[in-house]
Amino acid sequence: MLVENEAGALSRIAGLFSARGYNIESLTVAPTEDESLSRMTIVTRGSNAIIEQITKQLNKLIDVVRLVDLTEGRHIERELMLIKVIAEREEREEVKRLADIFRGRIIDVTNSTYTIELTGPGGKLDAFIEALQGVEVVEAVRSGVSGISRGDRALRQ
Amino acid sequence: MILTGAEIVVQSLKDEGVEFVFGYPGGAALHIYDAFYKQEDVQHILVRHEQGATHAADGYARATGKPGVVLVTSGPGVTNAVTGIATAHMDSIPMVVLTGQVPTALIGDDAFQEVDTVGITRPCVKHNFLVSRVEDLAQVIKKAFFIASTGRPGPVVVDIPKDVTAHSAEYEYPTSVEMRSYAPVSRGHPKQISRAVDLLLGADKPIIYTGGGIIQGGAADELTELVRELEFPCTNTLMGLGGFPYNDPLFLGMLGMHGTYESNMAMYDCDVMLAVGVRFDDRVTGDLTKFSPNSTIIHVDVDPSSIGKNVSVEVPIVGEAAPVLREMLSIVKARKADGVVPDIGQWWDRIEEWRAFKSFEYDRDSAKIKPQYVIETLHKITNGNAFVTSDVGQHQMWAAQHYGFSASRRWINSGGLGTMGFGLPAAMGVQLAHPDKQVACITGEASIMMCIQELSTCKQYDLPVKVINLNNRYMGMVRQWQEFFYDGRYSHSYMDALPDFVALAESFGHVGIRIESPADVKGALEEAFAQKNRLVFMDFITDQSENVYPMIAAGGGHNEMHLKPSEADDALLERELA
Repeated sequence: MLVENEAGALSRIAGLFSARGYNIESLTVAPTEDESLSRMTIVTRGSNAIIEQITKQLNKLIDVVRLVDLTEGRHIERELMLIKVIAEREEREEVKRLADIFRGRIIDVTNSTYTIELTGPGGKLDAFIEALQGVEVVEAVRSGVSGISRGDRALRQ
Repeated sequence: MILTGAEIVVQSLKDEGVEFVFGYPGGAALHIYDAFYKQEDVQHILVRHEQGATHAADGYARATGKPGVVLVTSGPGVTNAVTGIATAHMDSIPMVVLTGQVPTALIGDDAFQEVDTVGITRPCVKHNFLVSRVEDLAQVIKKAFFIASTGRPGPVVVDIPKDVTAHSAEYEYPTSVEMRSYAPVSRGHPKQISRAVDLLLGADKPIIYTGGGIIQGGAADELTELVRELEFPCTNTLMGLGGFPYNDPLFLGMLGMHGTYESNMAMYDCDVMLAVGVRFDDRVTGDLTKFSPNSTIIHVDVDPSSIGKNVSVEVPIVGEAAPVLREMLSIVKARKADGVVPDIGQWWDRIEEWRAFKSFEYDRDSAKIKPQYVIETLHKITNGNAFVTSDVGQHQMWAAQHYGFSASRRWINSGGLGTMGFGLPAAMGVQLAHPDKQVACITGEASIMMCIQELSTCKQYDLPVKVINLNNRYMGMVRQWQEFFYDGRYSHSYMDALPDFVALAESFGHVGIRIESPADVKGALEEAFAQKNRLVFMDFITDQSENVYPMIAAGGGHNEMHLKPSEADDALLERELA
């Protein structure tokens, strides 16, 4: 959704979810080309009736300018992950191979660790973590999902 | 012209046409109070507790349709006001609350009398603002009034730091405001309206269910015309009383937890339900899984999020009540001219059978004062035209059941939040709005104690409210629930150590009367209302054992009601259920 870039807008939206008992699986927000607007992407889960209520309640907020449910049409989802793993001796080769297969990039190297940057749909990131079984994960940071519709439709003011 | 922030506040209120501001001063608001002192166009009403200020502004708004305005200071001023703000929010009442705040440099430092006003009020307002630059102040105030009074109305808080009220800026009050993210819809979709009318005209068992949205939307005339044109049964929620005349034979009485037997049964049994300006609240629906199983629902509301929230709706219509009802009426007339005439004689026969229960009846031969009798007598003495405010509990239900309302904006009560303490300060706001009208505050001895300090405000401004205290020495509604559902374990519902209310009222400079016998009720009310310039506090010592009937069983469907105990009715009921 496009949201007024005002102090408290993020709080208001997060507060709405918690007050009404809706779940936020991921949330990401950043400024847009228009200084006065931020773009926020929220991933939530629920029945059709719940999603309809969430949509209506969000639209009711004065700060929300426009909203679209991306899952209603064809769309692209992307998420960024930075993941630090123990990579010593034989493991180093294996981790590098996995990173290449998943088209990730190793962005930090020490004697014992690799830090890998990976982008893709949530499922791809989940698959990478699963593929790492046996490798010790020191730390993983995920950015939350961003989305955009396919084709020429756009979320604009 | 160049004005300070404080002067901008006062000038904006003046340009907005505000008559009264209800408030209480404090450090963070001192510059604003100084600006008020230097003018006389906007009158400030000094209350004795910020909760009183919010309820008074609320009462004013409910009685006039104009936004109520509140001015309080930071910190405890705001937290004292939260109850009243939440009360207005739950009932969708237009209100603008100006709050002082510590200087911008101190915000977030745990300064003296600082609270996160925007954070605390966020869940209970329609919107709020923190003004950080004096250049934005006039624009923000304009937006606040716009948001508060359009679409589904609600309270808007404007938090103003003290330094902003000291700085100066060029003042120009905007003539209009446009917000890209907020544009309420007023006309309904014509196809939906047409579909709705076809459904209604084809119904065998229709019902029209209306509420607060008719009152706030000023649509009582349109509703009354439509109902009479269709000759369909009509019922109001607690918040909608007065939207349709109580003594019209088409009126089924209030519905809901303490509504009439016939209204709840008709809602359960109907096949087409036209819902206008209502929200299918739990007090009306009972258990949602058992709600009106065979009905097709048409829901007209100005707030799209209200539609389909609790019940699924076949014909949703987003729009304001008045234009939508007017459109429906013209289509109905056209169809009737074409020969389409609804035939619901059998439905009315059924409704008459339910009406025969006389579910609001009470023992009229008691030697003790029955609260229902006091309300009926009040209705007679005031010709049914008084403005009636109420607190919360049994007395509120009896007032709703027994004071017949035939006009909008006469019945002023906290329905959604159920705030005890609302009645007296709300009556102050109503009396200021209508100085020449009769204003009655129906209350209980538990509720009236919560904002009793406002008796002082009433004296300062000579507000001749008539307080009808239905004193049963118990928190009546709590006691009733404890009797029904907790085996009579009356945990902390007995009002001990009550004051002598007559002496208390007199100590505030008012007239106090105690009434202990049913024979004295009429005379006392006549005497009270004859005093046009004095507040009269009437302490009616009522029957403690009286319960509010009917009552939808907790956890039950809305057709499952406790009815008043009586042999004749048990016989009727057995026949009914057979």
